[in-house]
Amino acid sequence: MRLPRLRIGRLLRVQPRTIAFHVVAWGIGILWLIPFIGVLMSSIRPLNEILSGWWNLSPFNPSFADFLTAWSNPQFPMSEGLKNTFIIAIPGTLIPMFVATLAAYGFARFSFRTRDYIFLTIVLLMTIPQQMVAIPVFLTMVRVGLVDSFLSVILVHSAWGIPWILLFMRNFFQTLPIEVEEAARVDGASDFRIFSRIVLPMALPALAAVGVLQFMWVWNDYFFARIFLLSPGNTVATQRVVNLAFGQYSANWSLLSAATLLTLSVPVLIYSLLQRYYIRGMIGWTIKG
Amino acid sequence: MTRRAGRRTRPRSRDARKLMRAAFFVPAVFLLVLLVVYPVAQTVYLSFFSRSGQFAGLDNYGAVLSDRDTIDLSDTRLPYGTLIHNAIWISIHLPLSLFTGLFLALTLQKVRGAAIVKSMIFLGMVTPLVVGGIILRFLFDERSGIVPVGLGLLGVHSLAIQWTAFPATLLFGLILGSVWLWTGFSMIVYSAGVTTIPRDYFEAALIDGASSWRTFRKITWPLLRPITLVVVTMTLLWELKLFDIVIAAADPGGGVSGAADVLALQMFRYGFVNIPRQYNEAAVVATLLTFLTLVIAGSLFRRILLGAPKKKRRFHLVGGLRRMLHI
Repeated sequence: MRLPRLRIGRLLRVQPRTIAFHVVAWGIGILWLIPFIGVLMSSIRPLNEILSGWWNLSPFNPSFADFLTAWSNPQFPMSEGLKNTFIIAIPGTLIPMFVATLAAYGFARFSFRTRDYIFLTIVLLMTIPQQMVAIPVFLTMVRVGLVDSFLSVILVHSAWGIPWILLFMRNFFQTLPIEVEEAARVDGASDFRIFSRIVLPMALPALAAVGVLQFMWVWNDYFFARIFLLSPGNTVATQRVVNLAFGQYSANWSLLSAATLLTLSVPVLIYSLLQRYYIRGMIGWTIKG
Repeated sequence: MTRRAGRRTRPRSRDARKLMRAAFFVPAVFLLVLLVVYPVAQTVYLSFFSRSGQFAGLDNYGAVLSDRDTIDLSDTRLPYGTLIHNAIWISIHLPLSLFTGLFLALTLQKVRGAAIVKSMIFLGMVTPLVVGGIILRFLFDERSGIVPVGLGLLGVHSLAIQWTAFPATLLFGLILGSVWLWTGFSMIVYSAGVTTIPRDYFEAALIDGASSWRTFRKITWPLLRPITLVVVTMTLLWELKLFDIVIAAADPGGGVSGAADVLALQMFRYGFVNIPRQYNEAAVVATLLTFLTLVIAGSLFRRILLGAPKKKRRFHLVGGLRRMLHI
């Protein structure tokens, strides 16, 4: 007789707390979402409706006019900005992935005297702020005539992505069983052949994690773009959002919201589709490989 | 069969193999040296020379550190200078984002729809930071922003203002906004960390009748210490490198009277906005910033390499973390 009573007592004791946990957690979640809801509401409504607050729902006349203006306004068309961002982000993801994965395999499998020191130096490079290289790289790009070209930003992002991809991929390679590779080596396969035919196919999930995160970083970058991409036609999406916010539209919240959402859409889409890889890239980069 | 046998017997000289192995490193090392290592060295070099190219010793450092942009404690009102602003940012943003993230990570274990709540909070981490900055501007707008209008409705009329137009509200608004954007990070990392703690520990505590606060203090918190170390380090690095939020929510000058000016922005202004360009001063700011990040990152790496400095190692997770990082 005592046991059931105790259980009921415990249930009663736990329940209010469980409810409180739910209320608090969901409350924080909704609180965190409010700014995004505001942006969404403003983007689909005309400016005069949201000037006194997007939360006032009357009148409510949804329209996509602001998206169209943001997409193709004559001053800073987002369409061109998004296109430029894509042109930079795709090679800016693939080049460092390839280059760093190759080196990561070397660090994981080949041994030579200075290996660990070089590796640690490269890992430390990961923490350096972008500002530390900005001036010399800018002056170099001016000298070789690459300033205001997509190539300059692609190259800088490529180099910048190497350290963390290298760390991530090396840790991944160390978790792979070495026996398969050794068997192939006995069969006379060269190092590069082993890498491209055996190791890379096994590394696809890790490469997906790396690719998602690197793409997001290039997509979200503002500093390098702002330094190297100067003429209005070459600016990327993040630059254009800022330019819109400082130009004649600085108080046009419905237009700015639409431009904001256009820039946000791709990272959010990638995150929602490839969340697993994104999180793994993020966690692997900070904690475990 | 014959082809394979032929391959196996083909002699491969050791030198050829060494060359091929070196080729794995060449592209990465080339890009890193050209676009990271050499520029870093050149920035350090620039910081010790005057604009005309004369060796200046520590003169530039003296000039920058005594500049009002960097440290301005001439009166008690904002701005205090970039170095102080970064410090203020750290002292508020670090505990707030860390503990909110930890709280969420622990709470969400027992909440239905945790994945949805996590996504809602993590959205800020996916957002480009300049976009985040512009959303903050909108959030703090006097007429159409929900924060000032909401506070006005609650009767807090002193804060029902254009937050970006006044030094104190600008700085603290941006700090709170950066908490909003960054909390997802500590939440996700702690969420992953909590799963590494063996369930038996919690069950044992439950059987012993420990209160949940005691369980947290005696089990969860100490066992999460290596995770906390990572979160603290990454958050500190992020706080030192703050740039996008400020330039988008305020302007390249750090907003009204420079109240939200930070080190990275100061460097950008010296090197890429001010006319004439102040490359040497910009290099000094960049070098100081890098020095700070290396001190912080170095302490993390040293801890990971050498383990916790305390003699008594209470838990095995430091070793575990070291194994996880494979260093």
